[in-house]
Amino acid sequence: MSSVLYDVPGPKARRVSLIGSVVGSLLILGLLAWIVSTLAQQGIFEGRRWAIFTRADVWALLGNGIGATLSAAAVAAVIAFPLGLLLCLMRISDLAAIRIPTRIVLEFLRGMPVVLMMFFVLLVFGTNQFIAVVAGLVLYNAAVFAEIIRAGIQSLPKGQREAGLTIGLTSFQSRMIIELPQAVRRMMPSLVAQLVVLLKDTSLGYIVAYGELLRAVQVMADFLGTQFLFPVFFVAAAIYIAINICVSRIAVWIERRGSKKAAGGVAKAEPEPIEAEVA
Amino acid sequence: MDVIIENLPLYWEGFLRTLFLSAVSGVIALVLGTVLAAARVSPVAALRGFSMTYVEILRNTPLTIAFFFAAIVLPRLGVKFEQFEVAAIIALSAYTAAFIAEAVRSGVNSVPVGQAEAARSIGMKFGQVLSLIILPQALRTVIPPLINILIALVKNSSVAGAFFVLELFGYGRQLANANGDAVLAVLLGVAFFYLLITVPLGILASTVERKVAIAR
Repeated sequence: MSSVLYDVPGPKARRVSLIGSVVGSLLILGLLAWIVSTLAQQGIFEGRRWAIFTRADVWALLGNGIGATLSAAAVAAVIAFPLGLLLCLMRISDLAAIRIPTRIVLEFLRGMPVVLMMFFVLLVFGTNQFIAVVAGLVLYNAAVFAEIIRAGIQSLPKGQREAGLTIGLTSFQSRMIIELPQAVRRMMPSLVAQLVVLLKDTSLGYIVAYGELLRAVQVMADFLGTQFLFPVFFVAAAIYIAINICVSRIAVWIERRGSKKAAGGVAKAEPEPIEAEVA
Repeated sequence: MDVIIENLPLYWEGFLRTLFLSAVSGVIALVLGTVLAAARVSPVAALRGFSMTYVEILRNTPLTIAFFFAAIVLPRLGVKFEQFEVAAIIALSAYTAAFIAEAVRSGVNSVPVGQAEAARSIGMKFGQVLSLIILPQALRTVIPPLINILIALVKNSSVAGAFFVLELFGYGRQLANANGDAVLAVLLGVAFFYLLITVPLGILASTVERKVAIAR
């Protein structure tokens, strides 16, 4: 809580708040109980449905799914970042002939659904699913990385570039030696947050039949029978969420570390990379 | 090109369906997100905890998982839908609400503390402080990020096409399968209709951003 919207509660307010908390908790618990009982009526909690998790082949399939998800995300991230840097440099080039076409391309890439790009690459270039997924992720995320880094460069004090040019650096040298390193560092939290988006978007591979985690769930449900859909789905969803929360935590950690340095020991309470975090 | 012109009615229908999905989910998400943001800053600990858990989980859930849950898992749990569109709207608005809640909350944090203190000093209660003083100012700051979230929502609605809803992407897929020789034209047509929504919204976002930038 960084802003105090209410007074430090006195005894009466604390009592009201406590009652509110208890009632709220009861409501939420009631809702959860309802969900659990509905699930139980469907036989979700029968042991045999969960017994499949003792089978090695189930975990092998899930493992394959996780591997496919992570490898697509990793390859896409490794390609998208340098490409984003390049696009950013082109976007802020002094030459209008480079700047304007790049801007149009970036608007185009950012305005399209990622799944459409995957589908496009898959059908038009006839690639396999892995390449289609990676290509879709790279095209979109490179454009977003470019915009994030550009925002970083524009947030630098004007003097940085002026000083560089004054000591005789060329425009390109000033970008590479002075501005980009600062911009990338400044925007690190947003860049890591965008990695969460990238990781989440690998699940769109499900739609183009790439064998990622969710597809593995579907395959298992088809093979083992739909009664195992829920257990497998819930485990897969938990894995996805756990991985993403870990990466999000890293973004928060970087933000705290960065702002501690910047503000001389005073950390900002929460990161706010809103624009970047939306996919 | 011919394939686009021949199928213009389908494109149009898909376009309208995409607009419809985005608009309905957008309104629900705005309301739900604002309520969640209010709960997040409220003095009642249970509400704060609930809102935080919701936002944290939904923001880290891939949209495809949310759709899978709404369209495939929920019906098996006995929650039946007449149309898959309902499932799509549930998935989209539940997912988007988490992002809106975060945006509105950061807007609330950007309002100077003195505003809330002044409001309290003239005797306003928490609800009044929030609804009369803080939220109107906060919403102004968060309009550009909110528009960006809505742009993302429009693009995200394409996932519905994979879950039995015939919107732009859904029709695009159908047309691409039916016209194997003109896939490029079909998909560029789909892209064009998406850009028709997202690019103007993007321009609106940056215009508004420049206008309210002087506010604080």
